Amino acid sequence: MKRLATFCRRNPTIIIGAVLLVLVAAVALAAPSIAGDPVALKPIDRLQGPSAAHWLGTDFLGRDVYARVVYGARVSLIVGLSVAAMSIVIGLGIGLAAGYWRGVDAVVMRFMDGLMAIPAILLAIAMVSLNRASVWIVIVAITIPEVPRVVRLVRSVVLTVRTLPYIEAAVSDGSPAWKIVLRHILPSTIAPLIVQGTYITASAILIEAALSFLGAGVPPEIPTWGNMIAQSRLFIARAPWTIFAPGTALAMVILSVNLLGDGLRDLLDVRLARRMV
Amino acid sequence: MSEPVLSVEGLRTHFFTRDGITRAVDGLSFVIGAGETLGIVGESGCGKSVTALSILRLLPPVLGRTVGGTVRFGGRNLLELDEAAMRGIRGNRIAMVFQEPMTSLNPVLTVGDQIAEAVLIHQGKSRAEAWARAAEMLTLVQIPDAARRVHDYPHQLSGGMRQRVMIAIALSCHPQLLIADEPTTALDVTIQAQILRLMLELKERMGAAILMITHNLGVVAETCQRVIVMYAGRKVEEAPVLDLFDRPLHPYTRGLMASIPRRGTGAARRRRLAEIPGIVPNLRDPMPGCAFAPRCAFATDRCGTEAPPLDDHGGGHVAACWHTGRVLAA
Repeated sequence: MKRLATFCRRNPTIIIGAVLLVLVAAVALAAPSIAGDPVALKPIDRLQGPSAAHWLGTDFLGRDVYARVVYGARVSLIVGLSVAAMSIVIGLGIGLAAGYWRGVDAVVMRFMDGLMAIPAILLAIAMVSLNRASVWIVIVAITIPEVPRVVRLVRSVVLTVRTLPYIEAAVSDGSPAWKIVLRHILPSTIAPLIVQGTYITASAILIEAALSFLGAGVPPEIPTWGNMIAQSRLFIARAPWTIFAPGTALAMVILSVNLLGDGLRDLLDVRLARRMV
Repeated sequence: MSEPVLSVEGLRTHFFTRDGITRAVDGLSFVIGAGETLGIVGESGCGKSVTALSILRLLPPVLGRTVGGTVRFGGRNLLELDEAAMRGIRGNRIAMVFQEPMTSLNPVLTVGDQIAEAVLIHQGKSRAEAWARAAEMLTLVQIPDAARRVHDYPHQLSGGMRQRVMIAIALSCHPQLLIADEPTTALDVTIQAQILRLMLELKERMGAAILMITHNLGVVAETCQRVIVMYAGRKVEEAPVLDLFDRPLHPYTRGLMASIPRRGTGAARRRRLAEIPGIVPNLRDPMPGCAFAPRCAFATDRCGTEAPPLDDHGGGHVAACWHTGRVLAA
């Protein structure tokens, strides 16, 4: 208990970020029991201000803004976390191979440079117009341009670590190549990957919101913060709450993820942490 | 001498650089008997470490290649084995201890993990058995409270203890040959003696032979039975250790010995420390004669044009010099 208290005092950003994020995740999970129907229309009550019946008011179709914000958290979190997980898993595999085997490196990295040049939003618009819009399409479209960033990060760690004497020592112990990569090099990539993962999460949530805003993302019947902002922008003067509610939620989630990421970086990167003391 | 564990014949390892071929090891031959400790001494860049790496074939192929010679070990020529067979030798039959105990251990794995790994790779034992072996090896290298220390990470250990861990890893599979590349150079003087004593003790116990690579003649005197003196990628002298110190035949060996600082009183105290004039020759240039000739006080015209053969001077004492008679008289 005392150690936990010390940890909190030393790493306030991790705690603030993590607590906010857990809160949002809890709200998203419990959405059906803490909020009403996010798609129920009540045209007669449209563009109402906050009241006891509708805590955050209603939008231009009379839908409950509070319910829509709560349900919108689901899409944001699912997209953010899935993109982070997928790009890290794929990028880690490619990065380890590229960093360790020079032949793989030459070919794969040129391909990655090409991928990096594709903007996520453009790719998503293309993919959504070729297929039916779905959350999965959005996730894949955002993941593809994130993978090369992870590959570059992992590869740079591998290139640094593979020249260290303990790798030579492992080779002289008769370890096969796969064992050297998985057992001796992989662990060194975990810390930077955790940090990178939080940043990917934040940027994926933002890109998803942008796609929804443009109407190129998640199907419109699913409430997301992005399409809420898009639909409400015409009524910003009459009913500002319809835009502030999802906007604030989006800002808060991005902030908490970034706080968590900054805190983790300071905690995991010993060199940076020393400089801060 | 009994059946040799390792016999190296005419080993030649070259580095192919943009400016030409660097002959890092140029026709080196030697044998190590079972349970013997053979020292290789010489200054930085004379090819000691490259010899060790060549035996285990650890040089990155883009850097350097062994272009000639044979390395016979256990009835096979290591230079002709495929990579899988070579992995079965490395760490199992021939193990290596490196110079830098601070960086030769993986910082993200516990020392127990790293000792157990060699056992797991080579001996097909279960994880539990490998871990038991790790604790046993730590006890063997005299790390107190080994059962707890196996769970430590390298940063929790001192330099001397890390080198003990390296030795534990090297010996965990009962190798027939231990190659120690400057095993004590990075350690405090007080720890050096402990580590050397430990290595010799364990060698006796396990019946392994040691190839001790060092630039420190003190280490050689304390640990080795026979010594090879290398200069510019070649062997210039080889002798039983006492014989070498009593009767150094090669001018380079003499120079090495004269450059050891000694304590003394009176005149000896005021004497300047001897150095060998000149610098090591560029290994890219062809050397038709004796490589040491340009720095040698005994050199004649012949030394510059004709390479001296390794002549036997009795009792296994060989030296490559045209003028051993004059060197002895001096």
